[in-house]
Amino acid sequence: MAVRKGNHTILFERPITLAAAAAAVGKKEGEGPLHDYFDRIHTDTTLHEKSFERAEAALQKEAFTVLMTKAGIAPSDVSFLFAGDLLNQCISSTFGLQDFSVPLFGIYGACSTFSEGLLLAAMALEGGCGERAVVVTSSHFCTAERQFRFPLEYGGLRTPTSQWTATAAGAVLLGQSGTGPRLTAATPGIVTDYGVKDANNMGAAMAPAAAVTIGNFFRDTGRCPEDYDLIATGDLGLVGSELLITLLKKDAIDISRQHNDCGLMLYDVKGQGTTCGGSGCGCSASVFSAYLYDQLKKGRMHKLLLVSTGALLSPTSTMQGENIPCIAHLVEITAGKEGA
Amino acid sequence: MNLTQNDYEKLVKQASPNSKILKNCLGAFLVGGAICTLGQGLITWYYSLGMDKTAAGALTSITLIALAILLTAFHVFDKIAKFAGAGTLVPITGFANSMASPAMEFKAEGFILGVGAKMFSIAGPVIVYGTVASMIYGVILLLLGGM
Repeated sequence: MAVRKGNHTILFERPITLAAAAAAVGKKEGEGPLHDYFDRIHTDTTLHEKSFERAEAALQKEAFTVLMTKAGIAPSDVSFLFAGDLLNQCISSTFGLQDFSVPLFGIYGACSTFSEGLLLAAMALEGGCGERAVVVTSSHFCTAERQFRFPLEYGGLRTPTSQWTATAAGAVLLGQSGTGPRLTAATPGIVTDYGVKDANNMGAAMAPAAAVTIGNFFRDTGRCPEDYDLIATGDLGLVGSELLITLLKKDAIDISRQHNDCGLMLYDVKGQGTTCGGSGCGCSASVFSAYLYDQLKKGRMHKLLLVSTGALLSPTSTMQGENIPCIAHLVEITAGKEGA
Repeated sequence: MNLTQNDYEKLVKQASPNSKILKNCLGAFLVGGAICTLGQGLITWYYSLGMDKTAAGALTSITLIALAILLTAFHVFDKIAKFAGAGTLVPITGFANSMASPAMEFKAEGFILGVGAKMFSIAGPVIVYGTVASMIYGVILLLLGGM
């Protein structure tokens, strides 16, 4: 059985294995520094579909299909799916995954959905409710722009703190047995609001949520940043990353040497014109499923924390001048001897 | 965390880069100026074809609008605007772009609730408050005995 540690953290006792991972991305992501790690790169932003929304659904479908092939199993071998995206009513997940007839939980945690899914899947497997679970999340630059901002061809300037929604989907297969990196602990996030209202400065809005979750994890477990090869936040970008490190230092936690951000890993931020870095449910999903999973598998990393961060705003709340409440879910992944 | 919202606001201000005002102004001046020069060139040309002031003015606006829509359709406008900022946004070209870009984008939702309704999502407020402002201006003018 899982053990609760401190106020927030869960330690998993059964080996919850991350048996396989897959990622499908768009053109810009494919041109970025992680080019070699993605399973599929699409040069056409519509993926030959009639709308961007269908394209994002196709991206999820593809990530799941590739995952099944890599793991050598059929969809019927999967006990349940945890899937999410940024669009209203999570249509990318439900439209993209409906053909597989796998029991599905649609989840929403904005850009934190990926680690939220991993956490929920691990809890379900630990509880003995199933053999295998899959987590899939996605985002698409064009669908997010349409829903949250302006039309694509509109000639407005991006503010210097804005981030770039990744066109990407990532999928991970979790199981109760088998080899591979293990999900060993998790700290669910709490909704955190430090009064940021600027929807073009999501990194600043989300940094306190990440700081709270990371602080809770270290306090609950008594572990320290030096125990980890990497502490990867979801998508705080340049501004949010700087703020996170400052905030944690105030609590006497220094993660400056271990920290990196998935939004900064996905793109060559300056060269590719993504302003402050990537964001979106597909950002941490694709960076983890492609690059980080590979590093864990190859033994280049042994222990990492993935802290996907989400801004829980909607176009309505933004227009009504509300603050941006945020959340960050943390999962600890252990690979190699310690985890075997 | 022992941190008030005010303290955090200060941290955010420090960490967030400001807009590059000088560069943005220069881009807006150059491109905005070029658009105005083009407009002046057009109006002079239309005069030379024998048009009166009203006709030449109207046709100049129409030409600039058509150009802006054409550039929007060919995915060029937003690339120019990235450099020009207010330079393309403020002249009539910006208005044309703000109508054409949602029209293109929301075609997927159909011609009535997509193109028809969303076309005014950015330009609508400009029309509403432009009309209201001109009404107020008219009333003031009337009160001052200008009519």
